[in-house]
Parts: sequence; structure tokens; C-alpha cells
Amino acid sequence: MLNNKNYYVYDAKNKTAKPFEELRQAYNYRYLISQLLRRDIVTRYKRSFLGIGWTMLNPLGTMIVLSIAFSQVFKMTEGYPAYVLSGLMAWNFFSQTTYASMVNLVWGGGLLKRIYMPRTSFALAAIGTGLVNTLLTIIPMIIVMLVLGVPVKLTIFFTPIPLMLLALFSLGFGLILSTLAVYFPDVAEMYQIVLTAWMYLTPVIYPEEILPENIFFIISTFNPMYSLMKLFRIPIYYGRLPTFEEFLLPALIALVVFIIGWLFFTYRSDEFAYKI
Amino acid sequence: MNLRTKYKVSLLKTIIRLENVSVEYRIPSERIGTLKEYAIRWVQGKVKQKKFLALKNVFIEINQGEVFGVIGHNGAGKSTMLKLFARVLPPTIGRIEISGSVSPLLELGAGFHHELSGRENVYLNGAILGYSREEMQSKFDSIVEFSGLHNFIEAPIRTYSSGMWARLGFAVATATRPDILLVDEVLAVGDEEFQKKCFERIEDFRNNGTTIVIVAHSMQTIKDRCDRVSWLDHGEIKFIGEPEEAINQYRKSQAN
Repeated sequence: MLNNKNYYVYDAKNKTAKPFEELRQAYNYRYLISQLLRRDIVTRYKRSFLGIGWTMLNPLGTMIVLSIAFSQVFKMTEGYPAYVLSGLMAWNFFSQTTYASMVNLVWGGGLLKRIYMPRTSFALAAIGTGLVNTLLTIIPMIIVMLVLGVPVKLTIFFTPIPLMLLALFSLGFGLILSTLAVYFPDVAEMYQIVLTAWMYLTPVIYPEEILPENIFFIISTFNPMYSLMKLFRIPIYYGRLPTFEEFLLPALIALVVFIIGWLFFTYRSDEFAYKI
Repeated sequence: MNLRTKYKVSLLKTIIRLENVSVEYRIPSERIGTLKEYAIRWVQGKVKQKKFLALKNVFIEINQGEVFGVIGHNGAGKSTMLKLFARVLPPTIGRIEISGSVSPLLELGAGFHHELSGRENVYLNGAILGYSREEMQSKFDSIVEFSGLHNFIEAPIRTYSSGMWARLGFAVATATRPDILLVDEVLAVGDEEFQKKCFERIEDFRNNGTTIVIVAHSMQTIKDRCDRVSWLDHGEIKFIGEPEEAINQYRKSQAN
């Protein structure tokens, strides 16, 4: 008679199930998440002539600019444009999805006050949008590699795995940021500065070999994006499979950050209705 | 309440039940806008918060098919109560049980995106209301028909007037009969003719067993439409029962 969707009990004494309840609701509302994803992609290019083509042209343009600027400096890096583009794919995914999770939640605040929907919907939709964009960028990536003569290996089919780990990491991190942004609106502004600094602390546009040994040690130890970025590049740019060690560390980082972010967000999200 | 009304009530099925519900808002005693400021104050141990009880130990049972009104002065906790019903706000203390689908008729079309077409917005808004793809596909035609916006459905919604916006919003929000309908204030939806259509639809829901919760400032609306009314004052329920009696007591308190 009553289906699950239409029966709601909330007991203030029993809060332990919240993270799982949120997971279940996100699954129930999967159509909403797909609609939000669609909205993000459609509205972004709605009035432009090339439409979704910009998703591929944007990183390509950045790559060309960076290649002109740096290919003389980083001569020892073979197929530098391909190196940069693979780095940008991972970095843009991370920066865009985390930023979008935060902004979308603040935008959706008015809705969340009036109607129930899983509060993680916005972050999940942002991750989905990022996945679509990144998968589309693989096409120009392959073209660039062919043009430069960087061998395209079958290992490229391994890419979805580092991409999923990157998505887990970005989701967890985006949820932590979103929670903070609800309480402190200036987090959104601050984060843009942090992102710029963070990008230069990650080997995105420069090869890691140019780093002095002590700085390399600090970056590879304390910057979680270092190992995630490297794992992403391995099957595409380096054309091989990662070693067990190269895989294990970023996988653990992604999982831990995701769990922390999900717990932090779901336990705090009850207060959002009167904060946003 | 006499025995007869008590008996009558107990025969009906309870659809919304609040048990000893309290909602506590924490308001920072000073406004701290930035994270930096917060961090400094936190280190200094100066983060102070005032507690404010928006609802105090509320016990309510609302039955299936009832039109239930909530009255009270501004800040008495009316919208907090609606938020509890809409599952948007969880209680700080107590238990809530809602045995049915809830559709809030609050700020129609709040989830619309102005760059998307009417059609795309219908699907998006339907998803926000918790419908699945299949449900939306089967309802789409009847939504457009009710809104009377056939000719504009492919146009971006930024070209709509506010009346058209609200009409489409109402049509989506009431696409299926919900078990519980939350209505805030008077429905201002387009012209008089469309407004009549809206009330007919709500009336039709009611005849089919939908519970309606109305929050209104107009005592006439409350008197005309409600079966039972609760009067809220400073987060406490002062009275639940006959609309006339609730209004009288509320007016008396206002006069003092």
C-alpha cells in the first residue's frame, strides 16, 4: 500500500543511519541527478554557436597557449602538448567539479528550504557533468597524440579507473567545501585563489623532473593531487599500466577523502535548511 | 474537546504525526561572515551562539482528508512547521511520521532555469518533485494542457511572463494527486480564470482524500476552508480544534 518513497519517519534520537539514508535517497532521486546534470551541460552552451564543442575546444586552446609558452623550456618532455593536455584533463575535472558542487549547493539553497531532495544531489550532478566533459576531451587528446607521434596504447582503456578515483576524491572534497561554503560565503572566493596555488604545486603544466629533490619530496608526500594526477596520466600519456604501489596510494586517498566528505556533509546537512 | 469529536477523530487514519517535536535554531550572537574571523574567534573562545526555540514540544496528529489550518502571528513557528511537513527540516527533539507523498505549493516554479525551454523545465521541475522519468513522460501532455501553454512550451522560459511561469509551476506541482498538499498563503497564480481552475483542482484532490495543510493570514480563508485549525504562539500550540474557536482565541490574544 505504502511504498518506501512515501513513508518518512524521523526520530531525533536515532541519527546514526544518516549517511546510508542519504545514499539510498540519492539512488531514489537518480532521475533528478540526471536532470541536474543535463541542465548543467545544456545551459552552459545554450546561446553559443559551437555548443558542446566548447567542452573539447577549451582545454585544447589552453594546451596550445601553454605549449607555445613552455615547449622550449620543457624540451626534454617528449610530446609536451600531450603531457599538458592529459594533466589539464585531470586538473580541470577536479577544479571544476569541486567548485560546481559548492556553487550549485548555494544556488539550490532556496529550493532546499522548500522541498525535500537529497542534499548531495548537486555535488553528484557536478561530478556527473565533469565525467561527461572529461570523456569528451579524450577525443582531442587522442588526436593530439596522433599528430605529435606519441604512441596511443590500448592501456587508454584503463583510464576510467583513475577517473573514478579522481571522481571519488573530488566528490569528498567538494562535499567538505560545500559544507563550509554554507556557513561562510567567502569560502567560494577564497577557494579560487587556493586552486591557482594548488595547481602550481601539482605537476600539471611542468614535468615533475624539474622539481628540486626536497620540494619534490614535499609535493609528492603532502599533495594528494600528485599521485592522483600521475595515476591518471599513466595509461594515457605514458601508455602503460600502473604498478601496484602507484595504484594503491591514490586509491586509498580517494576512498578516505570520499568517506570523510560524505560523513561530514550528511551529519551537517540537517542544519542547511536554516543556514543557506 | 468533547467525547464525540474525539471519537470521530480516532476513527480516521493519521497521516501526519508529530510527537513532542521541538525545533531549535542556533543563531550566532554576533554575525560572523568570514571563515577567517570565525577561526580567530574560535581560537579566542569567543564563538557564542544563542539558542532559539522555534517550536516547543509540539504534538499534532493530522488525519487523512482533512483540511488543516495553521494560524499565528509572524514568527510563531508556522513556516517552521510547514518545513517539518515538507521534510526539509528535521526536528531537534522528537519524532515525525508522515505516511504519504507530500507536494508543497510554495513559490511555484522555484526550480525553473530561465535558459531552458518550458518542456525542459517541466522535466527538471518534475525531477525536483521526486518523479521518475517514466512518470514524467506519462504526465507531460496533461501538464501542458492544464497550463494552457501549448504554443510556448518550446520557448525558453525567460520569455514567459510571471503569470505563465506560475501556471506551469502549478501544473507540474499538481500533476498527480499527492497525499498531502502544503499551501502557503493565498495562491497567486495568473488571472482569475486560471485561479479558479487551481482551486477546482485542489478541491478535487480533497474529495479524493488528499490532506491539505494551509498557512494563511486571512482568517476568512481559514474559516471557509478548514476542518480544524491550530493556533501557534511563540512556538507553542495554544489551541487545536474548531476554526471559529481558534480564530476567536487568536484574536483575543492579539487584542491584549
